[in-house]
Amino acid sequence: MGNVGIVIVSHSPEVARGAADMARQMVGGDVPLAWCGGNAEGGLGTDAASILAAIDRAWSEAGVAVLVDLGGAVMNAEMAVELLPPDRRGRVVVCDAPVVEGAVVAAAEAAGGSPLATVRAAAEELSP
Amino acid sequence: MRIDAALRKDLIRAVAETIIAHAGELTELDQAVGDGDHGLNMRRGFAAVLAEVDAIAAQPPPQALHSVGMTLVTKVGGASGPLFGTLFMRLGAALPEEPTRAEAIEALAAAIEAVKARGKSDVGAKTMLDVLAPVLAALRAGGDPRAAADAAAEATRPMRALRGRASFLGERSIGHVDPGARSAALIVGAVCGVLGHG
Repeated sequence: MGNVGIVIVSHSPEVARGAADMARQMVGGDVPLAWCGGNAEGGLGTDAASILAAIDRAWSEAGVAVLVDLGGAVMNAEMAVELLPPDRRGRVVVCDAPVVEGAVVAAAEAAGGSPLATVRAAAEELSP
Repeated sequence: MRIDAALRKDLIRAVAETIIAHAGELTELDQAVGDGDHGLNMRRGFAAVLAEVDAIAAQPPPQALHSVGMTLVTKVGGASGPLFGTLFMRLGAALPEEPTRAEAIEALAAAIEAVKARGKSDVGAKTMLDVLAPVLAALRAGGDPRAAADAAAEATRPMRALRGRASFLGERSIGHVDPGARSAALIVGAVCGVLGHG
């Protein structure tokens, strides 16, 4: 079934890419990993379509954990999950966790072969 | 109430053109309390709606509203994309093809509940909901929805933001009209302008 995939969403593409680099440093190629961030004009922002595409790139039959930064990213990620085909929808979770630390912890957990719920819980343990 | 293709096109155009015309004002409002991209994001979304106006207006009201909502979700981004997108999509899902006035009002009520769920928010948090709820109340009471919308948007000025970026400002969010509330009032005003009420 493979390892759980990780998607990193930030308003800033640099933050998203940087968090992905940090996660990649932990887990190499063992975890499907994708990131997205920024808007169509090259500014800061998030949108559901880009998140949907990132979920597709990081897709794993074991599911995908999405790490997000602020407000709009949370809503766009939730929207993206609703737009997934029904057979995938139940296998993607948006984690309530800090985006950088959450991405690294979730990726490390995923690399150990943990199921989606465990990956999510590991990331969410970071939230107060 | 029959909403034929010509009327659908007038409604969509009026809403889109109004938002686009006020994009600068919306961005200024958002620069005061948020991240300053509300006008730009809304303009991008409604420009995409306007580009597809003929294809969208050719669809029956429920599907047309769904198309507007989906376009906003994919093009606006930020928090406004999912929030305004949800408003239009849920309105479409709840609206019969030829709604009575009462059915249209209840569809709006359902759409407002969906926005609350999407934003995990409610009335009183200095958001678009602080315009939509009074508009719904005015419609139910037979009042003037446009006047209610304008007054409600202005009434967000002394409020303290509890949701979104503006909430990070705490007390400093007081004294500015909420950009999302202003956008909601502009949309209501544009719709009323076409439908001619009251």
